Amino acid sequence: MQLDDLNAIAEKEKAAAKKICLRTCMSAGCMSSRADVIKKNLDAEVKAQGMEAEVEVRRVGCMGFCGQGPLVGVDHDDGREELFEFVKPEDAPAIVSSLKGGPCDVHRGDPKHPFFAKQVKIVRANGGIVDPESIEDYIAVGGYQALHQALTELKPAEVVEAITKSGLRGRGGAGYPTGLKWGTVAKSAGNKKYVVCNGDEGDPGAFMDRSVLESDPHLVLEGMAIAAYAVGADQGFLYVRAEYPLAISRLQIAIKQAKQLGLLGGGIFETPFIFNVDIRIGAGAFVCGEETALMASVEGKRGTPRPRPPFPAESGLWGCPTLINNVETFANIAPIIANGAEWYASFGTEKSKGTKVFALTGKITNNGLIEVPMGIPLRQIVEEMGGGAPDGRQIKSVQTGGPSGGCIPAQHLDTPVDYESLTKLGSIMGSGGMVVMDDTTNMVEIAKFYMEFCMDESCGKCIPCRAGTVQMHNLLDKILKRKATARDLAKLEELCDMVKNTSLCGLGQTAPNPTLSTLRFFRNEYEQLLQPDKFGPRGNGEPKKASVAA
Amino acid sequence: MAAKTLTIDGKPITAEEGATVLQAADEAGIKIPTLCHLDGVYDVGACRLCLVEVTGVAKLLPACTTRVAEGMEVKTDSERLRKYRRITLELLFAERNHVCAVCVANGHCELQTLAYSQGMDHVRYEYLFPKWGVDTTHRLFGMDHNRCVLCTRCVRVCWHVEGAGTKNVAGRGTRSHIITDLAMPWGESDSCTQCGKCVQACPTGALFHKGSTTGEMERDRGKLEFIVTAREKKQWVTAD
Ligand SMILES: Cc1cc2nc3c(=O)[nH]c(=O)nc-3n(C[C@H](O)[C@H](O)[C@H](O)COP(=O)(O)O)c2cc1C
Ligand code: SF4
Ligand code: SF4
Ligand code: SF4
Ligand code: FES
Repeated sequence: MQLDDLNAIAEKEKAAAKKICLRTCMSAGCMSSRADVIKKNLDAEVKAQGMEAEVEVRRVGCMGFCGQGPLVGVDHDDGREELFEFVKPEDAPAIVSSLKGGPCDVHRGDPKHPFFAKQVKIVRANGGIVDPESIEDYIAVGGYQALHQALTELKPAEVVEAITKSGLRGRGGAGYPTGLKWGTVAKSAGNKKYVVCNGDEGDPGAFMDRSVLESDPHLVLEGMAIAAYAVGADQGFLYVRAEYPLAISRLQIAIKQAKQLGLLGGGIFETPFIFNVDIRIGAGAFVCGEETALMASVEGKRGTPRPRPPFPAESGLWGCPTLINNVETFANIAPIIANGAEWYASFGTEKSKGTKVFALTGKITNNGLIEVPMGIPLRQIVEEMGGGAPDGRQIKSVQTGGPSGGCIPAQHLDTPVDYESLTKLGSIMGSGGMVVMDDTTNMVEIAKFYMEFCMDESCGKCIPCRAGTVQMHNLLDKILKRKATARDLAKLEELCDMVKNTSLCGLGQTAPNPTLSTLRFFRNEYEQLLQPDKFGPRGNGEPKKASVAA
Repeated sequence: MAAKTLTIDGKPITAEEGATVLQAADEAGIKIPTLCHLDGVYDVGACRLCLVEVTGVAKLLPACTTRVAEGMEVKTDSERLRKYRRITLELLFAERNHVCAVCVANGHCELQTLAYSQGMDHVRYEYLFPKWGVDTTHRLFGMDHNRCVLCTRCVRVCWHVEGAGTKNVAGRGTRSHIITDLAMPWGESDSCTQCGKCVQACPTGALFHKGSTTGEMERDRGKLEFIVTAREKKQWVTAD
């Protein structure tokens, strides 16, 4: 494969384009409402109405507006765009005949809705546009050009420099500067190195990575290949949770296609660069998203974290230097190389560059996936794009960062969404879950929900997290049952502090966050549930013996 | 190997490069509480009792897995560390069923000793009273899950000293538990060589010799040290 061959594929694909394209979302969300049947019926209908010459029915990935699905988008050759929402399989004849001006009462959406219009798409640029099971489609929109550019025009160190300059930070939660991490792996001694893509995505309410993998698998593969070239690795692993069967099958197809075209394997673009990728499937433990647990799992061991240092960049898989990044992080790489670091750094704020994908869910009118520039005020996301809380209710709080994050109260909705601002409010950017809560929400219940999640998902290795989450959960439960006193609340706060500071890995260290953040902003909701202390306060939290007797 | 100089609790100390803070403290006669650490097997940093403060590092670091560094200032004792250690112990006592008065390890138990030494005189948390069983199917040994603190010392000696790979951890969170082979009764295990190293390694009354009654289960760690010294230093001598 040479650049000419790549361009030829792109040209051929573009030349084959038909006048009208019916884009049918076949991502997990719409598939659960029988999008596969919709696609089949549309295909049959186009044939039946004799429109095969001008109409293409294309399987595409997620368009983002998942709450309105199943979605079918229409692209006309004059640039006109249409969107059908809540499509049912029996709507196919009407949709197809509408292309010839026939009557059609299928629910229409607005492709210019603020939900779409306010987005800036870098990672999800191809989502809902290309067929995720066709490498030619990906190549037609410029796919694998960045890899070619990196391999033939840039030295590995220059690739690292470009990523550093772009200001990209890890999208897996902690926001560690990606270029810095790549540089460390590149400098680590060793002739065997690995690149790992973290697709374990276990936060409740999060589905950004799933959507990227299902909608644009080649974008992730291309990012991994560029990373491997930059750090000197020849083997990659894609760790995907077993709950994502569609993502796994599309990745398998993508890897096969890339190998067939010589874009993975040996001698890529006729350079000495070799890169192979294998998929590893998680077995359902949230903690396996933690990098050291993930690597133990890839090695076939029980997935439990281990103390760092050594960091994976020095000693990762089988003791070799290993680069581990999140799906979305890798999805940013090809666009950065193709368009330049300066272009990327022009989006976002001073310390948070680029865009971030969020899964907007909860008590919000418009549910779905959005990609927004960093620094956008939270209010714009939930009110303009999300359309506010449904049923005329008020937004009370927005949860970001899942079980490691916190609840941002409505009075702080003008906060810009960037790493530092969210941290200052006791939450985190996290991986992109954004759950909106309205004024009917009981914040103590929310705290208990997340604590229960951490308690169930604790790996059990270290004592503070294993036993501490149970006690914190029980104390929250006691408060909710109106059986707790101020002393129990003090015990809860003490445990939050202890578990945060003594746990081995991020799961335990952040498990108290939802509780701490709701305590910070909604303390009165806790206090309202407390019972008077029959025994009077005593420092050690024990009932006074004398008053028991009295 | 290069030597590193550091201070532990203000005391200047020289330690070999690559040594852990725990080893350095031990050589200097400074006692740091530990539970999952066992001389002779690799450390996992799981119990968090050995956490220490290091100047310039925001996080607390486990002494057992942290390597010494030039100019490091370590503090092994503070109000905060003492509080955290006490809570850790309280959490353990509340987690399973520890009734010392009728335990085979009473008087020889590391957990009990730690509780005394850390001044833990009562447990402020709700006892969970979980339902765990006792496996007495093995010809020589027994396992009482009610006393297990999940330190994995038994697992590590079984895999890395004996090389049998019989013991393992199954389950997650507080449902984690020690299993033999593929979670079968110990007595039916094919891989167990009946060496008893796990019993020697266990800090509590969870693993015991059959026939020990209350307070009778004493360990002979010398046996383990003998094997490890023999293997690592090629010296066939007992530790003392
Ligand atoms: C409990 C826990 C779960 C995690 N789950 C994920 C995950 O599902 N996906 C992910 O990319 N990172 C996850 N992380 C973060 C990873 O450990 C790691 O920091 C990340 O994959 C690094 O990639 P990045 O630098 O691109 O963000 C998790 C961390 C913890 C502590
Ligand atoms: S903090 Fe929790 S998940 Fe992490 S190692 Fe400890 S027990 Fe396991
Ligand atoms: S194992 Fe130790 S702490 Fe537990 S009951 Fe036995 S003696 Fe007491
Ligand atoms: S059985 Fe003993 S050695 Fe094994 S994990 Fe439990 S307490 Fe530790
Ligand atoms: S002895 Fe260091 S963590 Fe247990």
